[in-house]
Amino acid sequence: MESIGVLMACPMSSYLERELDKRFKLFRFWNFPQKSEFLNEHADSIRAVVGNAFAGADAELIDSLPKLEIVSSFSVGLDKIDLNKCKEKGIRVTNTPDVLTEDVADLAIGLMLAVLRRICECDRYVRKGLWKTSGDFKLTSKFSGKSVGIIGLGRIGLAIAKRAEAFDCPISYYTRSEKPNTNYKYYPSVVELASNCQILVVACPLTPETHHIVNREVMEALGPKGVLINIGRGPHVDEKELVSALLEGRLGGAGLDVFENEPGVPEQLFGLENVVLLPHVGSGTKETRKAMADLVLGNLEAHFLKKPLLTPVV
Amino acid sequence: MKEVIVLGRPIIFQFYDQQLSQKFKVYKPWESSLPLEQFITTYAQSVEAMICSPMRIGSQISSSILNLLPLLRVIVTPSTGLDHIDLVECRRRGISVASAPTVFSEDVADFSVGLLIDVLRKITAADRFVRNGLWPLRGDFPLGSKVGSRKVGIVGLGSIGLKVAQRLEAFGCIISYQSRKKKPVSYPFYPDIHELATRCDVLVICCALTDQTRHLINKEVLLALGKEGIIINIARGPIINEMELVQCLKQGEIAGAGLDVFENEPNVPEELPSLDNVVLTRHVAYYTEDSFKTIYELICGNLEAFFLNKPLLSPVLDD
Repeated sequence: MESIGVLMACPMSSYLERELDKRFKLFRFWNFPQKSEFLNEHADSIRAVVGNAFAGADAELIDSLPKLEIVSSFSVGLDKIDLNKCKEKGIRVTNTPDVLTEDVADLAIGLMLAVLRRICECDRYVRKGLWKTSGDFKLTSKFSGKSVGIIGLGRIGLAIAKRAEAFDCPISYYTRSEKPNTNYKYYPSVVELASNCQILVVACPLTPETHHIVNREVMEALGPKGVLINIGRGPHVDEKELVSALLEGRLGGAGLDVFENEPGVPEQLFGLENVVLLPHVGSGTKETRKAMADLVLGNLEAHFLKKPLLTPVV
Repeated sequence: MKEVIVLGRPIIFQFYDQQLSQKFKVYKPWESSLPLEQFITTYAQSVEAMICSPMRIGSQISSSILNLLPLLRVIVTPSTGLDHIDLVECRRRGISVASAPTVFSEDVADFSVGLLIDVLRKITAADRFVRNGLWPLRGDFPLGSKVGSRKVGIVGLGSIGLKVAQRLEAFGCIISYQSRKKKPVSYPFYPDIHELATRCDVLVICCALTDQTRHLINKEVLLALGKEGIIINIARGPIINEMELVQCLKQGEIAGAGLDVFENEPNVPEELPSLDNVVLTRHVAYYTEDSFKTIYELICGNLEAFFLNKPLLSPVLDD
């Protein structure tokens, strides 16, 4: 398979790069500043694209790779891949579900605790030497027993619910249609969900329908004591509205792992003690990234050996 | 109004001073320039009730102070820890003690889990990375470590330790514990701290500070925990030999720590703030609006019960 061209969209895992290098002819897209020249020269040998949450395969790229057979995403989210185009052209698509579910759910709870209990703020306080000089620290919000509303009750949403339940948090959710096998309370709209919970978590896929699913109305329903946690995709939340809601105190706090324009993060948030800002580390553990990379490799090998794909989407 | 003397300047007074002063005649030595003994002999000699919090970590209310309060019959402490009260001496003098044994358990357990996730997933360090503008400059942030695969050893399986265990189980952690006595739980029990540390890669300290637990966690225990090991302390600073902990962190003998308590608060060892693999908080594991409201109500309830000759709401029972 060493002659099969694989295009890696951006840096994502040095382990994955090494393994792809060993087994295929790997092209690192980011090393070619002149994309059109690169494509002119190499497009015909590229039969696979490996993408992730930042860069995948949009219509333009797909059209410029006539021999493309498979897009294997180093992520569970598929918003950077033009799925319709892939279906049209018979291009297979795989992602990395399940292996990262626990890490993302762990991080969601970690963010809830960090925001409500002001862990990062407190650490800043101690590192600045304020404990000796200043004395006081504000009382924080209890986490146990707070109602948690989840947008999207897929693998990740359910894993978040399971963890929050261990803290006696009542769980409610919104999905396009009510799920049959759960005891959690269903709300038919995000606004109603936000009005009835204290912590709102975004855990659904990003699609044109869920773009800005958390908008100004939702944030106001969540309110000055409510906390928003986003471990989905930046564009799930109207970021401009989020910043002004936080600055004006119309929203109580936020734990954000994703942003509309990564790695850009609105600087007005940097001075706020009721937010925690993370650089998209939802699946960022050594164990999980290796498992994700192994899934990408496994899917590619299966495809080129004409075996069933491990985790196909299309 | 019934008289109450307050020792140690309990933090509850930062938030509920007015309410307490409306219910009781409260004597607050910290508002006076007199030395404590003189304050007591001048104003509070006939006081029967006391609210007391730790004055300095590791110190207790002395016999000489108790001698100045011959009519003292009850001490109400807004804390779970009792290391600042000589219970034997109180029993000898016929002084009842009421504490807050489980009021803070949930909040402290929540905070322990928060610290653990933070250290393993580098939440505070990553937040710092973003706020310092490093994401666009440096790109990816270093990978953390999965929570669910951890073997967590809980040191002290009381009200707090048990809640920590129950929460961590939902993340897939494997729980075992060390305690003075075996408990009626299904988690594996190890009476020896070294064995617990050898078998685990996370230790969460949830026990009381006593003569037996002072410096329980030392270099040998940390080495047994190992280079991937993490330690979380929300109990009392002196349970860990702080100097040896700092050495082990600096030398990479353990992977990280989440510390809410220190041997000599508010002093934090100067080497720690420069480390990226530690999370440092200022004894706030119990610090929520909910808990403080409950504590205020418990203090009032205990004092009111005492003054009405009724049983205390939360007496410290003989062990």
